[in-house]
Order: sequence, then structure tokens, then C-alpha cells
Amino acid sequence: MASNSKQKVIVVGGGLAGLFATIKLAERGISVQLISIVPCKRSHSACAQGGINASVNTQGEGDSPRIHFEETLHGGDYLANQPMVLGMCERAPSYIYLLDRMGVAFNRTGAGDIDFRRFGGTKFHRTAFAGSTTGQQMLYSLDEQVRRFEAEGLVKRYEGWEFLSAVIDDTGVSHGVVAINLTNLEIQSFRADAVVMATGGVGVIYGRSTNSMICTGSAAGALFQQGVWYANGEFIQVHPTAIRGEDKHRLISEAVRGEGGRLWTYKDNQRWYFLEEWYPNYGNLVPRDIASRAIFKVCRELKLGVKGEDVVYLDISHIDRKILEDKLQGILEIYEKFVGEDPSKVPMRVFPAVHYTMGGIYIDAKQMSNVPGILAAGECEYQYHGANRLGANSLLSCLYGGELAAERAEEYLSGLKTSAESVSSRWFDHQRKLEEEKFETIFRSRGRENPYRLWEEMGQWMTDHVTVIRYNPKLKETDTKLLELKERLKDVNVGDSSRWANQTVVFTRQLANMIELARIVTLGALRRNESRGSHYKPDFPARDDANWLKTTVAKWTPSGPEFSDEAVDTSLVEPKERKY
Amino acid sequence: MSDKVVLRIRRQETPKANPHWEEYHLAYRPYLNVISCLHEIRKTLKTFDGRPTSPIAWESSCLEEICGICTMVINGRVRQACSALVDPLSQPITLEPMTKFSLVRDLIVDRSSLFENLKRVKAWVPLKDTSDQGAGPKILPQDQHVNYALSRCFSCGACLEVCPQVNEKTQFVGAAVLSQARLFNRHPLGKEIKLERLRALMGEGGIEDCGNAQNCLAICPKEIPLVDSIAEVNRDITFNLVKLIEGEKA
Repeated sequence: MASNSKQKVIVVGGGLAGLFATIKLAERGISVQLISIVPCKRSHSACAQGGINASVNTQGEGDSPRIHFEETLHGGDYLANQPMVLGMCERAPSYIYLLDRMGVAFNRTGAGDIDFRRFGGTKFHRTAFAGSTTGQQMLYSLDEQVRRFEAEGLVKRYEGWEFLSAVIDDTGVSHGVVAINLTNLEIQSFRADAVVMATGGVGVIYGRSTNSMICTGSAAGALFQQGVWYANGEFIQVHPTAIRGEDKHRLISEAVRGEGGRLWTYKDNQRWYFLEEWYPNYGNLVPRDIASRAIFKVCRELKLGVKGEDVVYLDISHIDRKILEDKLQGILEIYEKFVGEDPSKVPMRVFPAVHYTMGGIYIDAKQMSNVPGILAAGECEYQYHGANRLGANSLLSCLYGGELAAERAEEYLSGLKTSAESVSSRWFDHQRKLEEEKFETIFRSRGRENPYRLWEEMGQWMTDHVTVIRYNPKLKETDTKLLELKERLKDVNVGDSSRWANQTVVFTRQLANMIELARIVTLGALRRNESRGSHYKPDFPARDDANWLKTTVAKWTPSGPEFSDEAVDTSLVEPKERKY
Repeated sequence: MSDKVVLRIRRQETPKANPHWEEYHLAYRPYLNVISCLHEIRKTLKTFDGRPTSPIAWESSCLEEICGICTMVINGRVRQACSALVDPLSQPITLEPMTKFSLVRDLIVDRSSLFENLKRVKAWVPLKDTSDQGAGPKILPQDQHVNYALSRCFSCGACLEVCPQVNEKTQFVGAAVLSQARLFNRHPLGKEIKLERLRALMGEGGIEDCGNAQNCLAICPKEIPLVDSIAEVNRDITFNLVKLIEGEKA
């Protein structure tokens, strides 16, 4: 069937990846239904601060997409499939120019060209930035372009709707989704010839993280239970510099160190710049996994955190006020608003916090999952970052993945013999009814447990045992705890009998999916007896390429996730020892 | 310092239900913000005198004052609940929904009109397509500074909440939307449809509804120079009045 305007694609998620996929689809004349929990402009992409990488080499340093590619692989400890990463790095410069044309207010050099700054894991000035709210600026520009397509009638938004599950027929092909309107709680099925998932990371399974409250991973967890595979779940990035909070941990961007910020603590009553001492080549700009482990070592092993607490200083008080205001204003504001101190005068108090999900929905080299008709792009999928993501590569991977997913969706549509419109309604009715029953069961639940307390408990266990330092006995205990929480979740008290904007029912359902994901993360970590990128086990401190240069693939079974491995495509670069 | 935090929250189950107030008491801890208080409350579901109650409906997401979703009226002032630290607030702390948007439930309002109005002023760069066309036009740092300040608007709606001209009798789009029109009129490629944007602001609900109260400027959490934006759009309309009336396109 030739691609025509009757064919429809559903994009789930209105962050950068989802919006870019939407634009690329609409541009091809394919109509898109865009489902997003929040108005797209309020998506988590807005939180990306530091910038987006592209080897434009405007400063004559000799940078190139090839070097960007090799450093991305090295940063990810060689776990990423290489050809995809190369494709991304080669496309990067054109994205910067495109974003510029769309109106992203990138910082400029005196000559009016786009300015670039340094980020972790590289010595080149490779990161384009709009102050310190680059993700926000990019998100808005894409949202505005989508609004244009919406005004032209090619895109229909469903904001305030949440994805519940895919509609999959008995041959294992997807024909659409079921979603819920979060205000009137109506559950509806949507027909689509292809579905692009762009639902972001899973930070909220850790309770407090740098992620937005909407980053539950619930959609990926639901799909997993429908037979969509999940890859490299054990790789969770812990960002070295966040402000600890009661409600969440707030990110202090790597851009701060890119502009000269220094980490230190007191040792023998002297300032000790531990990263600069331990890593003289890269200093404060070592990749995030390494910096986070270093801070853990300082605070937990050497007991040298500030005043003996889990705190080190991030210092910018030596940097010129004008540079700070021009390039880091958004970050200074966050610190000042939430801590009440001026970081240009007093060093910031920081500690590592869960930040990014490297693993995700299993996809092939063109963003298609193992279920035909379901694609994925952005943080919810697993390609591009291997075992640790380099700073300022996430925004890039959202765009590249989004574009590739749109290309692949068009190709898939043109190969379809029947359209979703002609598929028997029983698949849609069946799935919708299933979701309605699930909803009713939770809605009526008046047991003893409070879902928010269960979530808090899960977050504490995950944070204590499945982050920077991992021990097998503790991982086992954590999984036992997760199984216990899964049981207790059946006994919740929703405490809300309203059929209007009932948030507790919605959250309880999300939590069930979050527990499934937490198990993938925990059991994946338990299995992988080596240390690679963000995954570190003191009992297995070395990288073990002979046994573990492999992608972890998790598949759902009624008795829990089942794991297998897949070879990593290392056809372009021989994995090297990772040294900084 | 009191050992407890007292909150009074305006509850309303549906748009048509009668509102009522509920009081909650929490144990004081340093560094609390309004969101952490709401987190605490939903774990107990009891008012201060131990009466069981339903969960409070409110929205939150980034908790870094960049998504704008948790905007509400706190102690009479519209602001984001995430950056509302408890310590400087006088108690009891009152939480109410914004009043210039239709109520959904408790502290949630429907702000979709903000996004609809962005369509009205075509707040986008009219790109032909997204193909690779090399570097864009040069922009000087001093222009970027102005653009960046404008582009930080996160559509929270605070400027509408405090604007006396936004009421049942008008369709005024408000300062945020006017400021976005200015932003895109400043962009080298965005200005291609400058006249269309200006024309969209000439009719009902457009620039003439502004009463110059300047409350918007004082309340904006991102300190966007909204009054400058309104003045610039006004000036642009005046300068281009003949073209605008004659219906010229560019």
C-alpha cells in the first residue's frame, strides 16, 4: 500500500523525540495523533540544561563527527551498537543548523556564529547551548513547529491523555493503542498503522531522581508485559552533581564544569580537588559514571564529605560574573531558588542522583521493536549510549532516533497490505475492555496500603542498592522486596471515589508497571557479573569483554523477566581499555 | 520556629461542585516546599483533626520551575508550588487554583487556551521543511540576549492571572502570547510572517485590550520583559498600520 493521507501514525510522548518524529512524519504527509500525558511544552526534555553535541569544529580544534563517534563509544564503555552511533554523530551538525533556523536562541560568539562549550568525556568545544536551558529551548521550537502542522490539520494532539497499552493482534502485529483521558477517565482505543513510543526514562522508579514526576516508565513497563523486549535495563546513569531535595533531586548541569566549575572537599583542612588530582587529563570533566563513583569514594569510603555528610562542593565562585549570567543563568537561578544561597559567592553543595536511563525498549537498527508496528525513539529505547551516556548526547539521540523512527514508519506503512482502519474491531474492543477492567479493579480497591508509601519504599530500596555501587546479595534482596511490593500493591486503598481526575487510580496503575521495570533493572544488574560504565560491582571490578560485551535482552514471562544476550555490533572500532 | 506547618487548601471535586476549605497540619522540617507538603498529605489522607478525606488533585512534573505545570495561588500570590519554599511563607499557607482558567479539580485548571492563542499569533518560524540547509543567518550576541530572555516563557499563565484585563468580558490573549509574537518577529526567518502576527493582534482580544497595568511584569517568574514586548508589538502595529489595513502579506 502506497503511503497516503489515510494512513495514520500514533506518536506517544510529546518530548523532543516524539515531537521530532511527529514533524518528520507530518512533513511526509502522514497524519499523526500525538498522545502526551502533559501539554508537550511541559515534557521532561525541558529539564535538559547543558546543551547538544555536534562536531561542527567552529573553533578549529580539529574535531570531527568521527571523533565524536569514537568518544561516544568510549564514554559508553563499548556497549552501544556502533553503526547507529556513527549515523547519529554524522547527522549532528545539520541538526544544530536546523534548530537555529527554527529559532532556538543558541548562545553566540562575537561574530554572530553559534558558540560551543566543553562537556564531559571530550577535550573539544562540541556542545551548542542556549544559556543553560537548552532542552527547554529545543522543546519549544519543535512544539511550535508541531503547532504549525496542527493548525494545518496534519497533527491532532491528545494532551492530558496517557498511553495504557498497545493493541496487538493474534499474529503479533500492532494496530494501535489504548489510552485514558486523565480528566474524565474515559478509556479509548486508537487505530494506527504504526506507533512510535517516545515516553522517556524511568527515573521515578528510584523515587527521587533528577527526572520529572512523569518519567515513570509506565508505558515501557506496560509494553514489556505485552511482549515488547527491553534491553540493557541495568544501565542507569547517576549524575554526579545534583542538589538533594525532599521532593526530588535537582540537577546542576555538567555545563557548570564545562565552563570551569571545580569539585572539591576538605582534606587536612585544605581544599582538595579530588577529580583534578585523580584524573589530571580530564579533571572535572571525566564522564559522569566516573565522577559519581569518585564522589561516592570521597564521601562513603574516605568519609571526607563536607562535614562528614554526603556532600561535596561544586565551586564557580572564581568564574567571572558576566560569564555566569550569560551562560549558566538558569542553573544559578535553580540553586538560588531552591537552596537560598548565591552560588557565585558560596560553593554549591551537591551529591550524585539518578539521572538517565541508558537501557530501554529493544529496537533494531531502524528503531523498530520486536513487535511489528511498534517503534521507539528517545530515552525510552536503548541504542546510542551503551553503558554510560556522555553529557549533551541525549538531546542529539532524541532527534536522530525521532527522525529514524519517522523514516522507518513510512517505510513500514508503504509495505502494509491492509490499513489499521480495516482491522477487525475485536482487537481494539478486547484491549479496551481489558484496560477498563483493570481500571475498575483499582478504582474499587479499598485495602490497607497507600500507593505513594509503596512507591517511596521502592524508591529507597532501588536508590540504596541499584545505583552507583552494586552487590549481588543486596540485588537479590531488592528483587525479593519488589515482589513483596507487587503483592502489597494488590491491597491498596485508593481513597478516592470520584470518576473525575482521579489521580490515585492512575498512579497505582503506573506503579504496577514501574515495579516490573524495577525488576528488569535489578535482575539485569544481578546477572551482569562485571563492571562497565554506570554498572559497577566491587566484587567484579573489571570490564569482562569475553563474557559481557553483550546487550542484555529481557522478555516478559508470567513468572518474571527472562534474560538472554545479544552480540554488540563492534564492526567499526575495536573496544579499548577505558581510561581518562 | 513552629514545629508544624499549617496548610489551608481550597477543594472542589468537579467544575460544578461547591468549593470548600480543608486544613492540614504537618511536622515541620527544614527545606520543605509546597510540593513536599502535598506529597506528605497524600500519604495520610486525613485533615488536621483526623477526619478522612479524598486525595487532593494537583499537577506537578519537573519540580525545577521549568515546566510551569504546578502553578497555583499560594498565600494569594500566583506562583509555582515547586519553588515555593515553606520557610519564608506566612502560615497558615493557603493553596488555591488559578482563577482565570476553568477549574478541573481542586488545584488543577485547564490552561489549553494559552496554547490555542499561540496558534492565533503563529508563534513559530515558518520553515519550508526540515531538510539540511546549512548554517542559518548570523545573530549577534546582543540580539540573542533579548531573544533568549523572551524564549524562556513556560506558559505558566501567571501574567494572565494578575491581569485586570483578563476577565469574563474580554478575550485578551495576555502578555505571554504578545511576547511570543515579538520573539518570532525578531527572528531573521520568523519575521517573514510578521504582518500576519501583527494583524492577528489587532482584533478582539488583541493588543488594544491591554490596559497597561504592568502587573504581568511584576509577577513573571522568569522576569521576562513583558511590558517591552507589548510596547514593541504596539509600535510595530502603528508603523505598519497602512500595510496591515491594506492586507499586505509580508
